[in-house]
Amino acid sequence: MAGISRIRFFDATLRDGSHAVKHQLSKELIASYCEAMDDAGMYTIIVGHGNGLGASSLQVGVSALSDSEMLKTAREHLNRTRLGVYMIPGFGTIRDNLDPALEMGVELFKIGCHCTEANVTRQHIEYISSAGKEVYGVLMNCHMASVDRLLEEAQKMQSYGAHGIILMDSAGSSTPQMVKKLVSTLVDHLYVLVGFHPHNNMGLAVANAYAAVQEGARIIDGTMRGFGAGAGNVQLEALSALLLKEGYELNQNLYQMMDVSEQIVKPIMPEDRALSDVSIISGMAGVFSSFKTQVLAAAAEFHVDPRDIFKELGRRKVVGGQEDMVVMVAEQLAHPVNADTESYLLESLT
Amino acid sequence: MKRRKIKVGIIGTGNIGSDLLAKVVRSDVLECGIFAGHNRASKGLLRAREMGVPTTYESIRYIEENPDCCEIVFDATSARVHQYNAPILKRLGKYTIDLTPAHVGGFCVPQVNLEEAMKWDNVNCITCGGQATIPIAKALNDTAMVKYLEIVATIASKSAGPGTRENIDEFTQTTKEALVEIGGIKNAKAIIVLNPAEPPITMRNTVYALIEKPDMDAIRAAVSMAANEIKKYVPGYRIILQPVYENGRVTTSVEVTGSGDFLPEYAGNLDIITCAALEIAESKARRWLA
Repeated sequence: MAGISRIRFFDATLRDGSHAVKHQLSKELIASYCEAMDDAGMYTIIVGHGNGLGASSLQVGVSALSDSEMLKTAREHLNRTRLGVYMIPGFGTIRDNLDPALEMGVELFKIGCHCTEANVTRQHIEYISSAGKEVYGVLMNCHMASVDRLLEEAQKMQSYGAHGIILMDSAGSSTPQMVKKLVSTLVDHLYVLVGFHPHNNMGLAVANAYAAVQEGARIIDGTMRGFGAGAGNVQLEALSALLLKEGYELNQNLYQMMDVSEQIVKPIMPEDRALSDVSIISGMAGVFSSFKTQVLAAAAEFHVDPRDIFKELGRRKVVGGQEDMVVMVAEQLAHPVNADTESYLLESLT
Repeated sequence: MKRRKIKVGIIGTGNIGSDLLAKVVRSDVLECGIFAGHNRASKGLLRAREMGVPTTYESIRYIEENPDCCEIVFDATSARVHQYNAPILKRLGKYTIDLTPAHVGGFCVPQVNLEEAMKWDNVNCITCGGQATIPIAKALNDTAMVKYLEIVATIASKSAGPGTRENIDEFTQTTKEALVEIGGIKNAKAIIVLNPAEPPITMRNTVYALIEKPDMDAIRAAVSMAANEIKKYVPGYRIILQPVYENGRVTTSVEVTGSGDFLPEYAGNLDIITCAALEIAESKARRWLA
């Protein structure tokens, strides 16, 4: 495929993977991973809490390490690959989070929001852009808005100075047809790069990433072994192999990725990668994959079926960051008579 | 004879300014002396003119040139604009109630420190999330040893105007600082989420606290007392999840239904901050009138 710029892999293993281990990544793991992957050809390695800078919280999970401990460790072991971070405005702020990250030598920033709320990223994209660093806008839960609306939101981020727009299929509920339509529209109308971040709830992460690449996406944001929230992400080794087979030239070293995946990532993965019932239900309900931990905890606490919690959350159209809904929904499923029955029924009917 | 009312100025004609105006018009101690924007074509200005309220598109300049138009000023612009307005209002000697997260003046939640705020010349109303959660945080902190406390405020996208969105950074930072400063929480965090669901969701706030061996009866009593006090000036405030101890944390959720003055009832985030600002202004006015 001569003439097409090579696909940039944004390696989110140490960011989205945090979700899969309840944000308990160790310094040793971050160090050994960064060291082993530094020359594997990744465009950037994103490090941190699953929900990004400033997100360590009771709402979405408390990190074992502080943001600065994670970044310092990664910084010491990355020489060739850009050190990247993710941040969602509303969780992190310029003073508490972006300034310290800049001081620690972070080179690439992804600023994310729910896909219909791009203007909350303005302050942060402009701030990073004026600091002279690479910054990308991220539209989360892109299955929850129309293609036209997503284009409008992406154009806002582009106007703030984002170097690229990454679409996150946070609940893994998109189909290749949806991805194709969305990515081709954005590629046609934006002058910045378009990226895609799939999840594997319905077993479509590699297929969706490939569909995105075919339509002109130049960034794929995924992880080694698919290590990530819920059912996991697009497994970059598998995607690389597919792209090579299809004639794409890659910067990434496939064997090196496979070896790191096997030797460093596999031992810390808590479970097999078969699609679990809650992951499938979360994809079906269209609920952000990272709710899994909170849903399982609340299901155990209130003795209710986690699948019912997911379905109810889907009905209520929750977005990322609304994990506090989990406790209330679980409590109401457990004690329907205790709930404010009238408003509850009204809400469920709408 | 008609009872004298204290004249107020409202700067900012967006969601917050317009909602505030509807409440000022109903007040028995306040009247609107000027409703000031900077955009001649603003819908808010048009609406106010139709209500028969004096308006201007010259923003703060009008108040500078006509200082007798008001004694109290509500600033419902943006954090950046308030930084500019604050010294002017101070020079003019206006009692200023700031509804932006600029944090120029001291923080006030009426249920917590209304008396103190009467002595200041610039009072900051923090944020909607701060108004909704700081009383709960303080109630928890007064009842138990809180090691860490976190609030999550979720508001409907439709109720967050451009000012709120462009100030999301100050919003998050200011809410946290107020939890520390007047909530008394040493270790605090604030999270803000916008939800675009249709129909729009009602403003909802969750407070999580790490408390060792919590006395849940005492906690529930303190929280419900605080909620009843807030209800006196924010009618739509209610606890929807009584404090529960789950997964090692004390979790409480409150919902705020708006009175539907400007935006529909889901926009409780508007009401809670405009009701707080009104409470502060009316208390000040009553003192002057007494």
